[in-house]
Amino acid sequence: MFCEKAMELIRELHRAPEGQLPAFNEDGLRQVLEEMKALYEQNQSDVNEAKSGGRSDLIPTIKFRHCSLLRNRRCTVAYLYDRLLRIRALRWEYGSILPNALRFHMSAEEMEWFNNYKRSLATYMRSLGGDEGLDITQDVKPPKSLYIEVRCLKDYGEFEVDDGTSVLIYFVCLVETGFHRVSQDGLDLLTS
Amino acid sequence: MSEAYFRVESGALGPEENFLSLDDILMSHEKLPVRTETAMPRLGAFFLERSAGAETDNAVPQGSKLELPLWLAKGLFDNKRRILSVELPKIYQEGWRTVFSADANVVDLHKMGPHFYGFGSQLLHFDSPENADISQSLLQTFIGRFRRIMDSSQNAYNEDTSVLVARLDEMERGLFQTGQKGLNDFQCWEKGQASQITASNLVQNYKKRKFTDMED
Repeated sequence: MFCEKAMELIRELHRAPEGQLPAFNEDGLRQVLEEMKALYEQNQSDVNEAKSGGRSDLIPTIKFRHCSLLRNRRCTVAYLYDRLLRIRALRWEYGSILPNALRFHMSAEEMEWFNNYKRSLATYMRSLGGDEGLDITQDVKPPKSLYIEVRCLKDYGEFEVDDGTSVLIYFVCLVETGFHRVSQDGLDLLTS
Repeated sequence: MSEAYFRVESGALGPEENFLSLDDILMSHEKLPVRTETAMPRLGAFFLERSAGAETDNAVPQGSKLELPLWLAKGLFDNKRRILSVELPKIYQEGWRTVFSADANVVDLHKMGPHFYGFGSQLLHFDSPENADISQSLLQTFIGRFRRIMDSSQNAYNEDTSVLVARLDEMERGLFQTGQKGLNDFQCWEKGQASQITASNLVQNYKKRKFTDMED
């Protein structure tokens, strides 16, 4: 029966726990496209035979193969689209620099899509909030208070933050265990 | 669970499946019994037991009984039934419908076809004279089972739920999970964890894997 390989692609994606991106199944996709090519060529020759040779009994067979072609197309498009949804989620949950393990799971085209998406998002965020822009991927929930008490679990040493030198003083203090107050942005950076 | 990943929802319970929904693709892969109304040449290779052999151009003869996936049956079906006519699978027929009306809770819907409701809804496309009864049966079955699903999903906190979901079909399992998520969120809020900042699940999963890579 046709479209078995396409179903394998779908099942593989469905099995991945919610939101995780499995490796790009280039081999599988190539096989699906080859099957589509074969189906198309068989249908082409049968259509010619039906028209010129008067074999109208071939029409159900042509329809059968055509349905399989549409099915393969549907599976391929759904596979690629679902992967893009997962990749988009990565930008929001993980940030703009992805770990290598994840990057190896993406195809070259998906990587390009990710970069374009990052760029669009960055342009949009810069256009908000006056001159500075607003990072909408942080602070999706409103904070309860301006500062949060933090306890240092481990001696990390000195920690530099790209907020500017005025903030550096906070993190040098963090070296000693005790309670300190940190703004929410800094905290997000530290918990990742 | 990743909060930023919004998968395409299933449309199977409505008039038409969603093209891009993975759930709908899996659902429409399930098979149903059909009968060919015309011979189909050159497809004998797929149905070896039925094939009429090389003399008839390797055809599947007229009147053969086959099991085809839903997507194929939908594609080949038309009102005049020129290529196929469709039979209802057993579970949607009179006999089983009576069982469901008696007590819907005892049936293992996962074994009967893990997409009972979705598949049944899409079956209505085939214009069977029993359509009205089938749709009523689907609705009443769900009404009968819903209460138990809701109760169990709201009362099973931090336990192994495999026994509870074993006999549910895919749509019911989705409902159960939604219920569980609601319960877990509420418990988090009660414990005051709702305002704590935690690394997202997605990030944690990738971190864990990275650690084991280093160990290899």
